[in-house]
Amino acid sequence: MPELNTSSLPDLVFAFLFFIMMVTSMREVTLKVVFKAPQATELQKLEKKSLITFVYIGQPVPELRTQMGSETRVQLNDQIAEISEIQDYIAQEKSSMKEEDQPFMTVSIKADYETKMGIVTDVKQALREAYALKISYSAKPRIN
Amino acid sequence: MAKKKKKTPGINGTSSADIAFMLLLFFLLTSSMDTDKGLPRRLPNPVPKDQKDKEDVEIKQRNLMVVLINSTNEVQCNNEIIDIRQLKDKVKEFVENAYNNEHMPEKIEMDVPFFGNMLVTKNHIISLRNDRGTEYQAYIDVQNELAAAYNELRNDVSKKKFGKSFAELDQEQQEAVMMIYKQKISEAEPRNYGGK
Repeated sequence: MPELNTSSLPDLVFAFLFFIMMVTSMREVTLKVVFKAPQATELQKLEKKSLITFVYIGQPVPELRTQMGSETRVQLNDQIAEISEIQDYIAQEKSSMKEEDQPFMTVSIKADYETKMGIVTDVKQALREAYALKISYSAKPRIN
Repeated sequence: MAKKKKKTPGINGTSSADIAFMLLLFFLLTSSMDTDKGLPRRLPNPVPKDQKDKEDVEIKQRNLMVVLINSTNEVQCNNEIIDIRQLKDKVKEFVENAYNNEHMPEKIEMDVPFFGNMLVTKNHIISLRNDRGTEYQAYIDVQNELAAAYNELRNDVSKKKFGKSFAELDQEQQEAVMMIYKQKISEAEPRNYGGK
């Protein structure tokens, strides 16, 4: 019986590696709002990715300006939404989680650093109403 | 010509699969390591719609520190415009109340694990309010300074007691330290703040 030829095994693994690399970068949402994180120093890492829901706040990207105008908007998942839709969105996200994980759900607010607080306050109120009380203000480490 | 039969042996390629697997593992780990960072906070429970505004706990003036960010991103602390760099020390002084100043939060005796009986400024509240026109960066700056003040206080007390920084303590010790300096930042609209 001839021995199994293993010389193509590395190629197989490399193909797998490329697949994983592509998939991990593909999972990111396409941003429809311009978002530049504010800077801070006292940051904490968010632990489990599956428990985090993201809410983006910022001005629409230049391609969408003709339809949307330049007013600050909220993005949930892949589309721009109204503040009134947040509650449904949170409820939906919550129900898709395992029941024992639901109390640990965290909402990461990714707002542009130039956003006015008015809309952030509105979002916070909507989150309160939806009982998504654990939030995190996303920021990046301060350089200098 | 028996000598001609001898070829150079081929390179043993069996281990290159292992090398590729190691690379794969490395990418798998690093791609999930890129986690989001931020300032964690907890929102208060929503106010029931039928509840009247009046039945709210009254907060004593000495226990309350009002930090206000106005629409031009200036920071006001107890009705006095201050620089953002002063805020951390002000908050530290307020929360710690080292000299038991009567205009600072009252100290209440509490039984803390590892520390025994301690005087703790248990009822202090930092009320953070902002204008609708405040910029988000200014708001995050203030939140950051508040977090920094608490972190420094916790680090100080950890160093004094355990000789280690707060992050190096085990969970029970951290909880004890957190009992002493509990983060109490109110972001909702607190009423009756100027009461008595």
